[in-house]
Amino acid sequence: MTLMTKFLGTGAALALTAGAALADPALIYDLGGKFDKSFNEAAFMGAEEYAAETGGSYKDIELQSEAQREQALRRFAEAGFNPVVTTGFSMSSPISSVAADYPDTKFVTIDGYVDPSEHPNVLSILFSEHEGSYLTGVLAALASDTGTVGFIGGMDIPLIRKFACGYAQGVLATNPDATVISNMTGTTPAAWNDPVKGTELASAQISQGADVIFAAAGGTGIGVLQAAADADILSVGVDSNQNHLHPGKVLTSMLKRVDVAVRESMAQGADLETGVMMLGLAENGVGYALDDNNADLITAEMKSAVDAAREQIIAGEVTVHDYSSDDSCPALSF
Amino acid sequence: MDKMPAWADAVLVPLISILLAALLSALVILAIGESPLDALTLMIEGALMRSSGWGYTLYYTTNFIFTGLCVAVAFHARMFNIGGEGQAMIGGLGVALVCLFIPFPHWSVALLVATLAAAVFGALWALIPAYLQAKRGSHIVITTIMFNFIAAAVLNYVLVNLLRPTGAMDPATATFPAATHLPTFQDMFATPDNPLFRGAPANVTFFLAVLACVAFWLVMWRTRLGYEIRAFGHSESAAKYAGISPVRITVVAMLMSGGLAGMMALNTTMGEAERLVLNATEGAGFIGIAVALMGRSHPVGIFLAALLFGFLYQGGAELALWTSIPRELITVIQALVILFTGALDNMVRMPLERVFLALRKGA
Amino acid sequence: MTQAPAIELKGISKAFGPVQANKDINVRVMPGTIHGIIGENGAGKSTLMSILYGFYKADAGEIFVAGRKTDIPNSQAAIAAGIGMVFQHFKLVQNFTVLENVILGAEDGPMLRPSLARARGVLKQLSEDYELSVDPDQLIENLSVGHQQRVEILKALYRQADILILDEPTGVLTPAEADHLFRILDGLRAQGKTIILITHKLREIMEITDTVSVMRRGGMTATVKTAETSPEQLAELMVGRKVLLQVHKTPARPGAPVLQIDDLRHTDRHGVERLRGVSLTVHAGEVLGIAGVAGNGQSELLEAIGGCVDASGSILLNGKALPLSGPGSDGAARRAAGIAHVPEDRQTEGLIMPFTAWENTVFGYHRDPACQTGPLMNNAAIKQQAQDKMTRYDVRPPNPALAARNFSGGNQQKIVLAREIERDPDVLLIGQPTRGVDIGAIEFIHKEIIRLRDAGKAILLVSVELDEIFALSDRIAVMFDGKIMGERAPESTDQTELGLLMAGVTASQAGDPIAAVDASLHQKERREARAHD
Repeated sequence: MTLMTKFLGTGAALALTAGAALADPALIYDLGGKFDKSFNEAAFMGAEEYAAETGGSYKDIELQSEAQREQALRRFAEAGFNPVVTTGFSMSSPISSVAADYPDTKFVTIDGYVDPSEHPNVLSILFSEHEGSYLTGVLAALASDTGTVGFIGGMDIPLIRKFACGYAQGVLATNPDATVISNMTGTTPAAWNDPVKGTELASAQISQGADVIFAAAGGTGIGVLQAAADADILSVGVDSNQNHLHPGKVLTSMLKRVDVAVRESMAQGADLETGVMMLGLAENGVGYALDDNNADLITAEMKSAVDAAREQIIAGEVTVHDYSSDDSCPALSF
Repeated sequence: MDKMPAWADAVLVPLISILLAALLSALVILAIGESPLDALTLMIEGALMRSSGWGYTLYYTTNFIFTGLCVAVAFHARMFNIGGEGQAMIGGLGVALVCLFIPFPHWSVALLVATLAAAVFGALWALIPAYLQAKRGSHIVITTIMFNFIAAAVLNYVLVNLLRPTGAMDPATATFPAATHLPTFQDMFATPDNPLFRGAPANVTFFLAVLACVAFWLVMWRTRLGYEIRAFGHSESAAKYAGISPVRITVVAMLMSGGLAGMMALNTTMGEAERLVLNATEGAGFIGIAVALMGRSHPVGIFLAALLFGFLYQGGAELALWTSIPRELITVIQALVILFTGALDNMVRMPLERVFLALRKGA
Repeated sequence: MTQAPAIELKGISKAFGPVQANKDINVRVMPGTIHGIIGENGAGKSTLMSILYGFYKADAGEIFVAGRKTDIPNSQAAIAAGIGMVFQHFKLVQNFTVLENVILGAEDGPMLRPSLARARGVLKQLSEDYELSVDPDQLIENLSVGHQQRVEILKALYRQADILILDEPTGVLTPAEADHLFRILDGLRAQGKTIILITHKLREIMEITDTVSVMRRGGMTATVKTAETSPEQLAELMVGRKVLLQVHKTPARPGAPVLQIDDLRHTDRHGVERLRGVSLTVHAGEVLGIAGVAGNGQSELLEAIGGCVDASGSILLNGKALPLSGPGSDGAARRAAGIAHVPEDRQTEGLIMPFTAWENTVFGYHRDPACQTGPLMNNAAIKQQAQDKMTRYDVRPPNPALAARNFSGGNQQKIVLAREIERDPDVLLIGQPTRGVDIGAIEFIHKEIIRLRDAGKAILLVSVELDEIFALSDRIAVMFDGKIMGERAPESTDQTELGLLMAGVTASQAGDPIAAVDASLHQKERREARAHD
C-alpha cells in the first residue's frame, strides 16, 4: 500500500487546484497493441479501473508505426489531455523530444527512463523486476523436486535478462545446487507473441528435467503455461496474476503492477508529481501472487521463506543484482 | 489503335479505382457504426488542413516516393522487385554506420555521405537476387522476398548484438550525433510567430525524393541506359537483337532499384528517428509496389500516388487518434486502396475501355 | 442452283471503335463447294470468320445457315449450326492423346470411357472416308504439324460440322503436307461438305477453290468463279490497283565473297541443337535465299549471324573472323562490323512496339555517337532523322511521335528496313521481309531488296514463302533440321524439288518421296523430343 500512499499523498494536497478536473488523461499503448494479455492489457485494466472508480473518461490509442509515437504524444498534448501516460520503453525517446514543447502537459513513461533534470514534466515509472523475480525464484527452488528449474523469456532484451537474473539469484540463494535453464524466444518483437514456440521451449526444458518454469514472455508465456500444465509440472506467470489460467498448476505469478501505475497516474491528473519513481518490493510495485488458485501449492514453510526474503530485501540485508545496471549477471550466463 | 486516350488511362482509371475503394471503405466504416463522412472530414483535416498534418503526410510521401521509384525501375526492366523492404533496411544500416562512426562537421556533408551509403548498401542487397536472376534464372520475386527476411534477420543481429548501446532495451542504435540531424520542415519554415510544421517529421529528404523523381525521369527517358532498360523491359528478344545485354540491364536496373529503396532509409533513419530502429521500414517497401502500379511507373504519377498514400497514412493515424475505429480496420481501408489501385487495375480499365469504344462509335 | 446456300451473310457490319472492320458484307457460299476468301492483312477476313464462329457479334446484318436465319452468339451455337473452324494456331492440348483432344468439350457424359469408345469408332470411320489417318492414341506433342492439323479437322467433323472454315491452313506446312491437305479437302467436298478457305496465297486459291471472294478494307469487293479469273485480276481486286506480281530484276553480278560461314552450330536453351553445321557463302551483289519450313533453323541462322545468340564454328566477314561468343559477339558488335539485320519477327525483335517511331529508328544503333549529346540521348537529332527516313521510305502516317504498334505491318517493316539499310552495311540479313505485309508494301520492299543487291550488298534472305524466295534469290539454299540440304539456282529447279528438300529428302531418297518425307520428319521430331526430355 506504500504505492498508493505515495501517489495519494501528493494528490490529496493538490486535489482542489483549479483546472485539474478539466483535463482527461490519455493512454498510449506500445506497438504490441491493447490486448496482448500482458503488459499493455494491464495498462488498459488500470485505465478502466480509473474510469470506473472516478467516473471519469480517458482517451487511448494503439500505435501503428514508429512515426506515430511522437505524433500521438503531440496531438494528445495539443488537445489538452493531461497526463499522457505511455507504456513501453520505446516511448521514452519520443517523450524526450516532445516534452519540452508542452511544458504544461505531464507525460508518464512506464518502463522507460527520461532524465528528470532535462524534462521536469515527465514521470518515469520503473519497476524492480529483479526483486520480484527473486521471490519467485525462491518459491521455484522450494517447489522443485528435481533441482532443475527453467526460465523462458520473450524478446532477448536487457529488461528480460533482468527478470531472469533476479529469478536465478533467488533459486540459487535457496538451493545452491539447483540448475537454472534459461531460454529466450527470439530477438524480435514477434517473440512477445509466439505461444507455439513457447510450448516448444517449455517441452525442451521439461525434457531436461525442469519441473518449474518461469515465463516472462508476454503472449508467448500462454504457451509455456499450457505446456507445463499438460506435462503436470509447475509454471510461474508474469506481470498480471496468471494463477487462474491453470488453477493448481501455476505456482505463482511475478506481479508487476502496471495497472496500479496507470490508474494512479491518471487519478492524479494534471498535478501528477514528476520525476523518477522506482517501484520495488517496498512499494508493492512488484511481488508474488498468492490466491485461492495456488494456496495449496505454497506450503507454510515456503511462505515463511519467501516472506523472509522479501523482508530482507526491503531492509537492505539482501541485495538483488540488477542485470541492467552493468549488463551482467552473477547467477546466470546468457 | 489505342483503346482509350492517354489521359483517361493516366487519370481516370486511378481516380475511379480510388473512388471505388473509398466507397467500399465507407461501407466498412458504416458497418462498425461510425460515420464515413466524419471519418473523411477527420482524415482531410488531420492530414491536409494543418501544417503539421502536412508535415506527416509529406514524411510518409517521401518514403513512398523512394520505394515507388524503386519498384518502377524494376518494372521498366520487367522485373518485380518486392525486396524494397529489405533493401531499405540494409540501406538504413549504411546510414547508421556512417552517421555513427564518421564525425561530420555539418549535416549537409553527412547527408551527402549517408545518401551514398544508403544507396550503395541498398544496391548491394539487390545485387545478389539480380545476379541470380540474370545468370541463373532464379525468379527475382522469390529471391527478393526471401532477401527481405534475410535483411530483417541481419539487421536484428547487428542491432541486438553489435550496435545497441549498453543497457538499452530497444534493439536500436544510439542516437546519431547532433551534427547529422537533418533540418526538418519546422527548422526550415517555422518562424517565432508562425510555428509551421511543429513537431512533424518531414525533413530535407523530401526534396531529395523530388530530386530523385527528376533524376529518374532524366535517366529513364533521356539517357541511353534508360532507353536500354525500357527496351529490355518491353521485349527481351528485341534487346538481344539490338545488342543490349540482358545480364547487364538486369543487374544495373536492380542496382538502381535497390539504391532507391536504400535511400528511403535517409528519411526514416536520419530524418525522423535519428537512430536506426529495427522496424524503420514499416512496410513502405510493399506500399511502393502499389505506388508504382498506380503511378504507371512514371515519376509524376509516382509522386502523386505517394502523396495519396501519405495522406492515407496520416489520415489513418488521425482516425486512430480521434475515433474508435480500431487500427485493424484502418489497415483494411488502406489495403482496399492498394487492392483497387494496384491489383484490380484491369477491373476498372476494361469496362472503361468499352465505354470509350462505345463513345467513339457514337461520335 | 435451286439449293439454298450453306451460308449466306447479308449486310454484315462490324466496327472496333473508329475502325470499320467489316462493312455491309454480302456473300453466299454454296453447299458442296470450296469457297476461298482472299484479302490483304487487315482486310477483315478474320473478323468476318470470327463473326461467323460466334467470337464477335456483328453490329448489323444477318446470317443464314442452310437457308434458315441463325443467331450465333458464341462458338457453341456455331458448332450446333454445323460450323467447324480450324484455326491458324491450333487449339490442341499438347499432352493429351488425339482421342482425348477430339472429345474435349464434346464428351457424352461425366464418365470418359464411353465417350472415348464411341469416338474411337467414329474416328476410324472418318479416317477411312477422308484419308485422314491419325493414330488415335498418339500424344499431340509427338505429331508433326500436318498431323496436328488433321486432328483439328477431325475435331470439327466429330462435332458433325457440315461447314468447315480453315484459316491460313498452309502457313505452317511443307508443300507436300499442303498437297495432302488439299487432297483431304477434295475428299470432303466430294462427300458434300462445304469449305471456306481463308488465305492470302493466290496460288492456293487458283488450285483448289470453286468460288473466290475478295475482301479489301473491310468490304467485299467481288465474288467470282475461280475458273473465270486470273491471279493478276485477283491481286488487282485485293489491292485496288494493278500490281506487279513479278519482281523485275537483272541478273546478279556477284563480287567477292563477303560473308563466309563454316560449320556454324547453335544449341538452344532447351538443349536442342538448332544449327547442325551450316556452311554458306554470300557474295557482294547477290541475294542468297534460304528456303525451308518454319522451325528448321532458319531463325537461329539469322540470330547467330546477327549476334542475338551464341554459336560455334566460324563466320568470316570480308575475310575477318567474328567472335561468336563472349565479349564482342553481340548484336551491337555485328552492326559495328557492318552486318545489318531485319529480323523475322519485327514485333518482338525488330521493334519495341510501345516505343515511338523515332525511338525505334535508332534501336540497335542508339549507342552511335550521333545519338548522344553528353550523357543524354540527342532526342532532337534522332527525331529529325526519323522524320527524314519516314518521308523517304513513305511510312504512313509519317508521324515519328506515334507508337510503333499503331502502324500497319507494312509500315512497321518499312521502319525496320529504313533503319537497317541507312547505315550502309556490307551484309544485310533479312528474315520474312513480307510476313503480314500488305501487297502494296511487298512490292516496295522487294524493289528495295533488289536495289540494295544491285548496289553491291551481300544479302541473306530467309523466307517461308517459296514464291518470294523464287522471286528474289540469285541462289537458293534449302534448310531442314538445322542443316543445308542443298543449293539450287532458281532457274534450274522447281517447287517440287525444293519441297522435297524442305522435307529433308535428299536426291538419293527421291525414289519414294512420300515415305522418305515421313521418315525424315519423324527422325527430326524424335530428336527434338529427346532433347526436351
